[in-house]
Amino acid sequence: MKTRDLAYIALFAAIIAVLGTLPAVTIGPVPITAQTLGVMLAGSVLGARRGFLAVLLFLVLVAIGLPLLASGSGGLAVFAGATAGYLFSWPVAAFVIGWLTERFWARYNVAWGVVFNVVGGMVVIYLVGVPVLAAVANLSLGEAIVSGALPFLPGDAVKAFIAAAIAAQVRRSYPVIERPQRAVATR
Amino acid sequence: MTLALYVPRRSVVHRVPAGGKLLALAALAVLLFAVPTLPVVVAALLGVLAVGLGAARLPATALARQARTVRWWLAGLLVFHTLFSDLPTAAVTVLRLLALVLAAAVVTATTRVTEMVAVIERLCAPLRVVGVRPARIGLVISMALRFIPVLAERADRIREAQAARGGSARGIRGLRTTVTPLLVQLLQMAHTISEALDARGADDVPPARGRRSPAPAA
Repeated sequence: MKTRDLAYIALFAAIIAVLGTLPAVTIGPVPITAQTLGVMLAGSVLGARRGFLAVLLFLVLVAIGLPLLASGSGGLAVFAGATAGYLFSWPVAAFVIGWLTERFWARYNVAWGVVFNVVGGMVVIYLVGVPVLAAVANLSLGEAIVSGALPFLPGDAVKAFIAAAIAAQVRRSYPVIERPQRAVATR
Repeated sequence: MTLALYVPRRSVVHRVPAGGKLLALAALAVLLFAVPTLPVVVAALLGVLAVGLGAARLPATALARQARTVRWWLAGLLVFHTLFSDLPTAAVTVLRLLALVLAAAVVTATTRVTEMVAVIERLCAPLRVVGVRPARIGLVISMALRFIPVLAERADRIREAQAARGGSARGIRGLRTTVTPLLVQLLQMAHTISEALDARGADDVPPARGRRSPAPAA
């Protein structure tokens, strides 16, 4: 991995951190943190590998004691909490989004981007986050879905669209993902 | 932007190596989930408080600040389990979570970020075998730490500029006129920085000693 890739990874880790300081977008009843927007952006701008590493790096920064999560929390405590599953799912989400984006790079547009972001940024995150929530909080799966997935649906849909719109614009002006074949093959 | 939950003190707990504290934390988590009984959980909670407030001499507010984020979860869990399970289950679940969160908060408050980074570099040392260079991991962490205040400042400046013009960057136009150009600028900045680092030898691969294949890039 080149130093340039490391710089992009560090940049997106920082972007996710700074998104946590933005005032929450207020659409609907649940305050929506902008940080999953950063996760979606990392995947769709950097691609699978670098996107995954950027989000992982962000989590490492949180774990070593920086209060970078949207609520101003951080440290190892958050990884023991009920929402830990969501955090652990973020790198996977970025990877899935990045993989899909690389696959369809030649045809990438806002519509495809929304699809990829929904698959990676919502389905994957809920698939990991909700069962962990259920286990840690001793809830049944149904209860966990009601409290841990449904409230986020509208906000996440909006973020999937915003991330796709930005990614499509960045792709036109400053593409970071290279040809899909090379992006997969280089190690 | 304050960047650390570390609370400087001269204490035994502060002096324990970061790796040891992390191991102890992991052991506590295993114990609490393996033996979820009320006496064990209460003892763990008291022990954590004794170490944090007593031995480490942390102010209660430092721990409370980190526990604050889970307070609604704890309250919700307490109500839920009192209604649908029984009181002992409710107590064990809530106190266990609280003990773990506080224990993690103690580790965080007594360990410098640089020490944690050193632990990470050491933990990553075995990854050398698959071609990851631990020094590069240190590099990427320091880069991110440097980028965060830079980005926060830029975001602030844009917000102020927009407020001064009485506009806002909402909607699709905002994305096209503000957010995307900023992101492109940042990507260019990252690229420039990486070139500067490479010019100073950041990309130099340390000489491989007796390895069959040349060291792949990390």
